[in-house]
Amino acid sequence: MLEVLELAKAYSVGSFGREKFYAVDNVTFKIADNEIVSLIGESGSGKTTIGKLILRLIKPTHGKIIYNGIDISSFKNLKEYYRHVQGVFQDPYSSYNPIFKIDRVFEMVREEFYPKIEPSEWRERIEQVISYIGLNPKEILGKFPHQLSGGQLQRLLISRALLMETKLLVADEIISMLDASTRIDVLNTLIRLKEKGLSVLFITHDLSLGYYTSDKTIILYRGAIMEHGDTEKIFNNPLHPYTKMLLESVPTTHKKWERSAVNLEGRTIPPGFCKFYDRCPLGDKHCVNVQMIEVENDHYVACVKVEN
Amino acid sequence: MLRVDNLKLYYKTLRGYVKAVDDVTFDVKDGELLGLAGESGCGKSTLGNGLILLKPPLNYFGGTVELAGEKLPIDNFEKMNDFRFKKLAIIPQYAMDALNPTRKIGTYIREVLLSKGIEPESIIDRLLERLKYVNLSERVLKMYPIELSGGMKQRLVMVISTLLNPSLLIADEVTSALDVSSQKAVCLMIKGFKDDGIVKSLIFITHDLSVLYQIADRIMVMYAGKVAEIGTTQQLIENPSHPYTKMLLNSLPEVGIRYREKLLSGIPGQPPQLLNPPSGCRFKERCPLRGHECDEEPPKVAIENEHVAYCWKVKSNA
Repeated sequence: MLEVLELAKAYSVGSFGREKFYAVDNVTFKIADNEIVSLIGESGSGKTTIGKLILRLIKPTHGKIIYNGIDISSFKNLKEYYRHVQGVFQDPYSSYNPIFKIDRVFEMVREEFYPKIEPSEWRERIEQVISYIGLNPKEILGKFPHQLSGGQLQRLLISRALLMETKLLVADEIISMLDASTRIDVLNTLIRLKEKGLSVLFITHDLSLGYYTSDKTIILYRGAIMEHGDTEKIFNNPLHPYTKMLLESVPTTHKKWERSAVNLEGRTIPPGFCKFYDRCPLGDKHCVNVQMIEVENDHYVACVKVEN
Repeated sequence: MLRVDNLKLYYKTLRGYVKAVDDVTFDVKDGELLGLAGESGCGKSTLGNGLILLKPPLNYFGGTVELAGEKLPIDNFEKMNDFRFKKLAIIPQYAMDALNPTRKIGTYIREVLLSKGIEPESIIDRLLERLKYVNLSERVLKMYPIELSGGMKQRLVMVISTLLNPSLLIADEVTSALDVSSQKAVCLMIKGFKDDGIVKSLIFITHDLSVLYQIADRIMVMYAGKVAEIGTTQQLIENPSHPYTKMLLNSLPEVGIRYREKLLSGIPGQPPQLLNPPSGCRFKERCPLRGHECDEEPPKVAIENEHVAYCWKVKSNA
């Protein structure tokens, strides 16, 4: 349903903007119908930039994003696009207008997108949707945002997808500000909506959340894709040295860390070299012009050291 | 060794006192890393800060703190100057913003030492050795904070905090803003401070129980200003007793768990307001085991040696 083709976003840096910094560098992937794809990367990997590009909040330097066969830059009427593609962001409190009660927030969705629907009918639909995601409409609708928990607010934002014709939700770090005990309910809501046909781009830095929720996984480093494919295959058979390092570093409650040295300091990378070249234990002069290769069905790796 | 008995620290607000740390008792032995876990608002950071820098609006309401047999005057801001940085030190949350942006790192460290009445030259060898310990080159001393990455600043603050070999080091959410790869490195370095005898004991505050499983000797879980459960890392993770700890562990996604195989569930409800907390157990509103006795203050139950939970429904095995 959504195709991202050779997408790149460059920012001008340095004095007088003479140098280009690629926040996203030649990224290609697809999101199919009814699929959760997690985009995993550390800070500065460009994951949020990709989310913003898909939501058309910023323009790509080159490359295209195709939604159901249409290049999204060709949408003249953005409202048409936003009917189908919506975003949810990190901070639930700043996503709401603090002086509006929740029912008014939802009412504004009607005014903006569906002025033809009767308010009473709309109200019924809202109540259905809120019950569907496991909240009590009577407790929720008359309240101000500050009277609800962050988890409840995020779930309400996600539930908009059921209310509208949303087909794709871009969820950017939606639970990183929430408490551990309420996080999982937000993820479960996302999963329930997926079962109703929604597609989700789940942007996160947390490997465990990605593994719990997603069908497909994309591992991003410094703006480029290192490895992508079926979640199970990536986590159980990581092939890229970067993915391996991430998985060794992630803390769990069933396996203790091995004491292996982590190379922390990055250096500048010669042009054309793999982005992980400077920190990679296998990095050498062959790590140039890396191509994405398919190592098995639905498992792609960009590393010259991986045998096909 | 640190001993804290019945410590009460309340925030003063216009509407009354917020009981952020309410009657907390625990100890940290020499050579031990105590993990302090809990969700936001449970009082874990208040406890860490209160031990070292107690200032309004936070107020002392009773209890004693002893470090290496010596009573800490935590309610006396001036007297605590004899202890701060020398006997106990903190790596603060957002340590990255702790440096002075207008001073070169070396100048900054000099000024900090002079303000504590210590001759910087007498300690330079140790400084260089510590920089090497955390994988930083000597060059950083001639740099401004803006030239360093977040992770580098974090490690630099770790060096400064431990420069005088304090007896107790408090690390407050030091890894929350870091990437997983640097998280592991920083956690192991902090544990190394204790293992290599640079500091005697450590309190590691975090919301992430899986990080504590990696490095802590014992774990204390707090909920709404009170201690819920204390035990060795193994007891607490593998055999949790307090309903809150159990439910918290059950809500943690980690690599190896997928929703199709195991649907995790969160804890319904929200923590209580600490302005007027409910009487008795503070978790009762969200607890599936709630009974009428939970309206009374929960008893301290010793489940096993070293393993303690504050709950009416927990049985002792001892």
